[in-house]
Amino acid sequence: MAEPVSVARNVIYCGVCTLPPEYCEYGGTVKKCQEWLEKKHPNMYERIWSPEVLEAATASLSLEAQERAAKDAKKKAAKAEAAEQKHAQQLANSVITIKRIERNKRKYVTSVSGLEAFGLELKKVAKDFGKKFATGASVTKTPSGGEEIVVQGDVSGEIEEFLLEKYKDIPEDNIELVEDKKKKASAG
Amino acid sequence: MFKKDLGASPKQKLKSSIQRSLRNSLLSTYPLLTPHIDEVLPKKSSLEQVKLPDRVSLYVIEGQPLFYQQDNAGFLVPHLRLVHRFPQAFPTIRIDRGAIRFVLSGATLMAPGLTSKGGRLPEPKEREGEPVAEGVPNEGPDEEGRWSRELEKGEPVVVMAEGKEEACAIGLLVMGTKDVKEKGKGPVIEEAHFLGDGLWRLNVE
Ligand SMILES: [Zn+2]
Repeated sequence: MAEPVSVARNVIYCGVCTLPPEYCEYGGTVKKCQEWLEKKHPNMYERIWSPEVLEAATASLSLEAQERAAKDAKKKAAKAEAAEQKHAQQLANSVITIKRIERNKRKYVTSVSGLEAFGLELKKVAKDFGKKFATGASVTKTPSGGEEIVVQGDVSGEIEEFLLEKYKDIPEDNIELVEDKKKKASAG
Repeated sequence: MFKKDLGASPKQKLKSSIQRSLRNSLLSTYPLLTPHIDEVLPKKSSLEQVKLPDRVSLYVIEGQPLFYQQDNAGFLVPHLRLVHRFPQAFPTIRIDRGAIRFVLSGATLMAPGLTSKGGRLPEPKEREGEPVAEGVPNEGPDEEGRWSRELEKGEPVVVMAEGKEEACAIGLLVMGTKDVKEKGKGPVIEEAHFLGDGLWRLNVE
C-alpha cells in the first residue's frame, strides 16, 4: 500500500515577529521584519512589500481609516521600542555566574547560573556543553528555587569562551567567574 | 480570550482512551479533517495536555499545539498553526482589510467588517464534485471565498482577511451568519484566538 501523500501546508513565519509575513505590518517591528524577509525569502518580500501591492492595499481604505491606521502603527512601534529598551536594560543588569567547585581533592565541577535571563534554554545549553567538552552536564535545581547547569570537571574558562563565542548578546562584563573552595580542616 | 501572555502547566500525557475520544470529537466537529486525521494525530505519537488559565486545556503533539477547549466541554478549537497547515478543513468567513488591525488587537469582531465589500459571508449552494471522504458533507468556499453553508451560532469559524492568504483568527460565532447578513450590526465573534495573542506566543516545546 502506498503511503498517502502529505497535504499539510508548510507556512513560513516571520523570524522577527512570528506572524505570517503578510501580517508583519500590524506588529511594531515592521522595519526589522522587512529586513529579515528580504534576506531570507526575497520572493515573498517582493510579493508582500512591492509598491503596487501597498498601493492597492491603501486604496481600499478611506482616507480617515488610513490616518487612523498610520497613527496606530506609530503607537505600536513606540511601544515595541520601549519594550526592547527595557529588555536591553534587563540584559545589561543580568549576570551569568560560572563557579568552580571543588568536590573532592582535585576533583571539580563547574556550575553555571543566570543563563535564563538571556533567553537560553538550560536543557539545550547543557547538552551543548556535554558535547563540546565531552563531559557530563545536567540541569539541576538550586536551593533558592532556580535552576543551574552543572558540568563535570573544571571547564570554567572554556565555558566562558564558548558562551561569548556562541551567544553574541552576552556581554563579556556580564560573566562572572568565581571559585568555591571546599573548606578543609587545615592544620595549624 | 488570550490577550495576555499565558502561564502554562507542565505537559501531561493523556490516556489512550481520552486520546481516542478527542480524536472522535475532533472529527465530528470538523468532518472535513477526515482525510488528514492521521497526519494531525499520528497514531504513534502521544497527545499531551497543557492547562491554561480560565479552565482552558491546550492539546499538543511533539511540541506542536493542535487545538484547545474550554471547561472540557464545548467545541475543540484548532490553534491557528493547525489552521494554517490544513486550511481546507475549517469553515471560514472573511473580514475586510480595515477590520484586520482591530481583530489583531483582540477587539470583538463586529458585523460591518464582514458585510462590507471586502468581507465574505457564506452563500448556501450545492457544490459540484465529490466530498473529500465518504460520509462527509460536501462543503467548502467558492472562488470568492464564500462558504457553501450558513454557519450557526456557537459554531467555531476561521477568520480569513481581505488581501491575505493565511487565517488571522478563530473563534465561536455569537451570531449565526444568516443573522449577520440580515441585521448587519452587532458582535459576531467575541473571544477569539488571533495571530500574535498569548496562545500564539506560548511555547509548548
Ligand atoms: Zn514580522
